[in-house]
Amino acid sequence: MFFLPHLYRHPGFLEGMRDVSPQSPGIAAWGLMTGVAMVKSGMSVFEAVAMTLTVFAGSSQLAAIPLIVAGAPAWVILATGFCVNLRFVVFSLHLRPYLMHLPLWQRLGHGYLTADISYVLFTRKYHQPGHTAAEKREQEAYLAGNDFLNWLSWIVASLVGIGLANMIPTSWGLGFAGILCLLGIQCSLASSRMRILSSAVAGVAAVVAYALPLKLNIVFAIAVAVILCLTVERLRPAPAGGHA
Amino acid sequence: MNGTDLWTLAVIAGLAAVTVLTRSFFFMSSKPWHLPGWAQRGLQYAPIAALSAVVVPEIVMSQGQLISTVLDARLFAAAAGAITYFRSKNVLLTIVLGMAVYLPLHLGLGW
Repeated sequence: MFFLPHLYRHPGFLEGMRDVSPQSPGIAAWGLMTGVAMVKSGMSVFEAVAMTLTVFAGSSQLAAIPLIVAGAPAWVILATGFCVNLRFVVFSLHLRPYLMHLPLWQRLGHGYLTADISYVLFTRKYHQPGHTAAEKREQEAYLAGNDFLNWLSWIVASLVGIGLANMIPTSWGLGFAGILCLLGIQCSLASSRMRILSSAVAGVAAVVAYALPLKLNIVFAIAVAVILCLTVERLRPAPAGGHA
Repeated sequence: MNGTDLWTLAVIAGLAAVTVLTRSFFFMSSKPWHLPGWAQRGLQYAPIAALSAVVVPEIVMSQGQLISTVLDARLFAAAAGAITYFRSKNVLLTIVLGMAVYLPLHLGLGW
């Protein structure tokens, strides 16, 4: 967490910032686009700013926007956000041994601020959790610096995007950039045949069940896709080249 | 100007809680513990399913109906975006090239 003096005064903090700096323009562009998409999809400026400052998770924000605009029930929106964020649950399992020596509120703070890129950079640099207190402190400072520049790039660009959005007519359809962004993330997750199956099933199910009230087609589609994939796994226990 | 309402703000607060919950999921309890096996395997498939369930209807439906024409800017933009991603592995480029296909078709031809 960048606001703690013992972290931002540590040399590891600057190193963390330096390592994330090549990624900073890309993060900023994505934030800018998310800011524009929020307002252009029908959220108020106040709502968009509140979302930027508190939610701090691009893909779940973008997935929630069409559902909020359509008036889906809160639990459907939160469940969708949770599913889109499930990758972070996996990250937290990986990061656990690096952070468990800290008090709970600091663990939650680091968790909240550590998004995709910081997770990737941190675990690429530190293959093992620190053994001594000094090593642990250095890793924590590095993570905090990395998180800080990532957070700053994202927040500032999102706010600029929210400001710009008011100058661009809605009829241009710039909100579609948010869908393209989700599509890109979706493609990045398509790393195995089973995941492609999950994606295809969920897409078809969401369209077929579109008439369900309350945007329940989203939850229905996720459930159908996951259950089907788990069933296929069970029927065919060695998938993707594993000819046992 | 879009309006602000309390319900949306409550949903936003809930989404912020979801961010903390998911990013810190395994930091909360200091006891060692494990997910049941089915849930661990389900984690593989749920994120892409959730994205697909949101994205696909936004591309192939309009006013609650499956579109009846292929002359829709979104189809071409999505195809261009997907091809771009698989060639470049770059989400930003996916957005840029997808929009470069979308905007002329949407604004120029009215698709």
